[in-house]
This record gives sequence, structure tokens and C-alpha cells, in this order.
Amino acid sequence: MFTEHFIEIDGCRTHYRRGGKGSPLVFLHGAGGVMGVLPFMERLAERFDVLVPDHPGYGKSDEPAWLENIHDVAYFYLDFLERLGLEKVVLAGASMGGWMALEVAIRNTSRLRALVLNAPAGVAAPGVEPVDLFLLSPEESVRHLVHDPRLAEERLARPMPPEALDTVLKNRHTTARLAWEPRLQDPHLPKWLHRIDVPVCIVWGAQDRVLPVGIAHELKRRMPKAELNILEGCGHLVQEEKMAEFCDIVFRFA
Amino acid sequence: MNLVLFHLMPYADLDLEAGRKNGTVWVTLPNRNFDPAKGHQLYNRFLDELEYGEQLGFDVLAVNEHHQTAYGLMPSPIVTASALARRTSRAKIAILGSALPLRTHPLTIAEEHAMIDVITGGRLISGFVRGIGAEYHTFGVNPTFSHDRFHEAHDMIVRAWTEPGPFSFQGHHYRSRYVNLWPRPYQKPHPPIWIPSQGSKETIDWASHPDRRYTYLQTFSPAKVVQRYLKMYRDTCTGYGYEAKDSQLGWAVPVYVAESDEKAKAEAKPHFEAFRNVFVKMPLEMLLPPGYTSRESFKNVMKAKAEMFGDITLEKAVELGLFVCGGPATVKAAFQNYWRDMRFGNLLVLCQFGTLPADLTRKNMELFAREVMPALKALH
Repeated sequence: MFTEHFIEIDGCRTHYRRGGKGSPLVFLHGAGGVMGVLPFMERLAERFDVLVPDHPGYGKSDEPAWLENIHDVAYFYLDFLERLGLEKVVLAGASMGGWMALEVAIRNTSRLRALVLNAPAGVAAPGVEPVDLFLLSPEESVRHLVHDPRLAEERLARPMPPEALDTVLKNRHTTARLAWEPRLQDPHLPKWLHRIDVPVCIVWGAQDRVLPVGIAHELKRRMPKAELNILEGCGHLVQEEKMAEFCDIVFRFA
Repeated sequence: MNLVLFHLMPYADLDLEAGRKNGTVWVTLPNRNFDPAKGHQLYNRFLDELEYGEQLGFDVLAVNEHHQTAYGLMPSPIVTASALARRTSRAKIAILGSALPLRTHPLTIAEEHAMIDVITGGRLISGFVRGIGAEYHTFGVNPTFSHDRFHEAHDMIVRAWTEPGPFSFQGHHYRSRYVNLWPRPYQKPHPPIWIPSQGSKETIDWASHPDRRYTYLQTFSPAKVVQRYLKMYRDTCTGYGYEAKDSQLGWAVPVYVAESDEKAKAEAKPHFEAFRNVFVKMPLEMLLPPGYTSRESFKNVMKAKAEMFGDITLEKAVELGLFVCGGPATVKAAFQNYWRDMRFGNLLVLCQFGTLPADLTRKNMELFAREVMPALKALH
């Protein structure tokens, strides 16, 4: 159902996957990138025209010299929406991608219909210390991402082709460039969250060990009109660990 | 040959078990393990050792910079170099080096080095490094900008030392409308610059460039690796159209000399192994954060991980040339042989390492200076 495309935007050859029919839904991936078409993408594509770009510096997209911080990514995605002529977009994002969605939305919501945020980075909460992803070994990272240890074992058992290692290192590099300091947040972002004038839906795993659920409550405090869904028995990768529940929330909300 | 006495000033009283249990003595080892009273004794002992190095005939006394670690207690080598500046009169003082990208503003380094150079009447050797990977965790400086910041900071410092001020410097990472250094350095055009490295082609290409010709120091690597990188430096110079002087090459290595080979190994063993297997150790993610090295180098390190990150014995380290240890004749012959193969004009010996106590450190320094150094100084 999904096909692969490239488009040059801001001098960056950008790779994206697109599938399904309906109104547009752009999904912004997390720090780990998107290694292929995942079940939640197939499910969303039953009702949406789903676009899943590799961010600049990730996956099969270029690493443009201008990419220095999260704000550059926000402006890039405003150009992306414009170039593809997308309107009334449901902008969804997970973790780093949720952060990017927030950065886009505080700047300009004219092409957006709604935001769906899965455990977004970007905002810090007092007394809540996210795990330091950059000090975890690859194996520890996998174990931190999901709540169900069987899921972690499954992921760890999958063999990794050598070219996938290059992508892993590339994604890790860009994540460091965008999120090393301040770690996974933009201290200026909370000042402008009030500018977001489209409906916002936040989804969080109750057992998230990467960005603990305390951050969800802080985000809700700062965006009181947002809908907050906390999923039990779920870690950081909401759209993978609770695929059906996540998709149902999107279908109901958007 | 130029003989350099190099000190790391480790927290030699470390509870090694605490270090082992934590997996590393870098970044995360709780600082309750540091006892200021013991620290007081150690700093003064180590500074005495460096000052004694001048009496023993070393040409250069060298200090370096590391942060938030028991591996070395010199978060500011400026402090130790300053202490030496007024207590020595002949030996050069080398800062190997200041970690440029970790500073908020490079002009502070230009100023501090210039001060020491002026106070000592031109006895300073400046060294520039990027800081090791762990220190990007310590300060939160983004490692993906490490190379850019290093080069820009270097350019700003050298221009501040050499160009008439005030002038404006507008870089990408650092800016100043008024670069106008007081004091200017004593040496003309500026203090010599040495570049310590664990070995990288990019660093060699940059340091050996005809505009710079900076002395390249290969630090704490197996002798074969040292030889490979020093040869790469010479070949790169040839590629640039000039012949490298021996003085452009250096090797930094821990050394232990005792009355006999057996005695040397027996005395050094626990202290060297503590150095190699506790003080040096850290996880790959801490050593090489993203962007600190190229992704190709990172993949090579991943392949060599078992060898690099496992424990090794003193015997294995001697065999690899990671450590030079033995009676005076053995150590002298080893360095003469290494020199014939590599022709390094600077030898940096680490006479104190890990937990090596004061009495053994002094004996090591004395035997090295009396029995080994004269023959090495004669090499050229």
C-alpha cells in the first residue's frame, strides 16, 4: 500500500513513504527513524493519506549543512507541507517527532487540522528526569523503549543488516545534533505553546521509561484544552506497543 | 631528543572497587569517593614530583586537562601550570592540552596561556585538544560541533596571539567585536603548539599542514599504532612538499624502571593494571558520543571493542608497547629500538600512573633520569 518517494526541499533530498486514501496525515518519526512500513502506518492508511518522511539527517534523507537545531527542522516542515500542497493536515509525531510537531505548530497552523503527539520530547517537567539515551548501549536502549520485555527480546533477536548500522549511526548523529543540549527539549518552546490553535491529542504510555509520564501532565498543564490519553501497560513506543489503541484514538479524534 | 615528564595527577587513593563497580571512574562515579584531605596531599605530592623532574634534567614538564574523573585531577591545567611557573626556572611547561571546544569562549584560553608565557619569560608550550568524549557528557557541549568549534577556537586564539588588536572576529560559534589581548604572548610569533591525539587522519592532515607544522603527539597507544600514525604524519608532510622534522613528532607512554626486569614488573603490576583496567575504562557510548569521531572511525572501534574495552595484564601491555617497563638496560634498549623505527623527537614519559605511590614514583623518575635519559638525549 505504501510507496517510496524523494523530493528536494531546501536543498535537502528528502525521502518519504506515502500510502492510503483520505485526508492527509503526516507522521513525524522519533529518534530511531523509520526502518520500514510498520503496522500502525498500514492501519492509519485505511482512513488517511499517510505521509511518513525521513527527517533531514535521518534514514534516506540528506544531511543538509543548514541543519543545526530543532528550529531548522520546524521551518523545513513548514516548507514540506507547502511544497506538497497539503492542507487540513493531521500532524502526528512520536517522541522527537512530537517535539518537531509542536515546533511547527507554534510557528504556523494554517495548514494543520489537528496535532497528535505520542510521548513528545521538547518540554521538561520539574522533578522528572528522562533517561540519558546517549549513555545507553544499543541493547539497553531497546529494553527502555518498550514496557513488555517480550517485545524487547523480539526486537533484539531480529538480525541487523550492515547497511542498517549506517542508518542507526546517522540517525544517532542527527539526534545528538538536535537534542544533545538542552537534552531533548527546547526551553523556549513552553513560552509559545498558547499559539497552537488546533485541537491537540496527547498519548502517553503509563510505563514510559524514556520520557516518564510526569511530562505528559506538565504538557497538559501548559495546554489545558489538549486531550490526554494515558495507556496502561505501555512504554515509550506507543504506536508500536499499543498499535490498535493508538490508531483508534486517532480515528476518533481526527 | 626532548625528554618530557608528563603527569596525569590521578586520584591515586581511589577505592578501586568503587571504580570497578561503577563501570567507569568518569562522569558518573559519585564524588563522595573524593576525599579533599587526601586530594590536598596528592596535589602537593604530584606538583613536587614535577618540580623534581626539573632537577633531574627533564626538558619539559607536562600537565593536561580532564573533567569530573578520578583519572586525572586537573580540570584546569592552567592552575597546575601556573603553580609550576613560579617554582621552576629552566624547564619548559607544556599544557597538553587545553580542551578548546569545551570552553565557552576561546579568548579565555588565549589570555591564560599568554599570561603563563609572559610570567615564565617564554617557557610555555601550548597544547590544544578537543577533550575526550566523556567530557561532552560532562559539559553538555554538543559533540557534533566538536571539530568545528575546535578549528574556530584555534583560529581565534592564534589570531589573538599574533595580530595587532583590536580587531573583530565573527565566527559561527565564537564572536568578539574587540579582540585585543592583554598580555600578548612572550614568544614570537606565539608559544609552540603541540597536538596530542589518540590517532586520527583528520588531525594529522590539519596539524602537519605547512601553515601550522604543529608537533603531533600520539598518546597511550600500542607501539605499532604509534609507528603507523607517526609514519602517516611524515608521509602527509611529504605530500605537502616538505620533510617533517623529528621535533614535529612525539610519543606519550607510561614507563617504569627498577633495578631489574623482574623487580620492575613486580613493583609496577598492580598500579599499572589499576591504571589500564580501572582509571582508563569507560563504556563506548561515553568514549565516543555521536559526532566526536567520524562514523567510519566509530565502526572500526566497534569492531575492536573486545580488545579495547577488555582488561589486559601488565605483561600483555609490555608486549604491545603500551607500557615500557624493566631494568635500566631493557628500558634504554626498548626506547633506542623504538626511536630507530619512528624517529620521534619528543618522548613524553608518564612516571606516575594509576595508584603508583610516592616512593616508587620517585625511584622510577631517578632511575629513568640517571640510567636511561642520557642515552636518549643523545639520539638525533
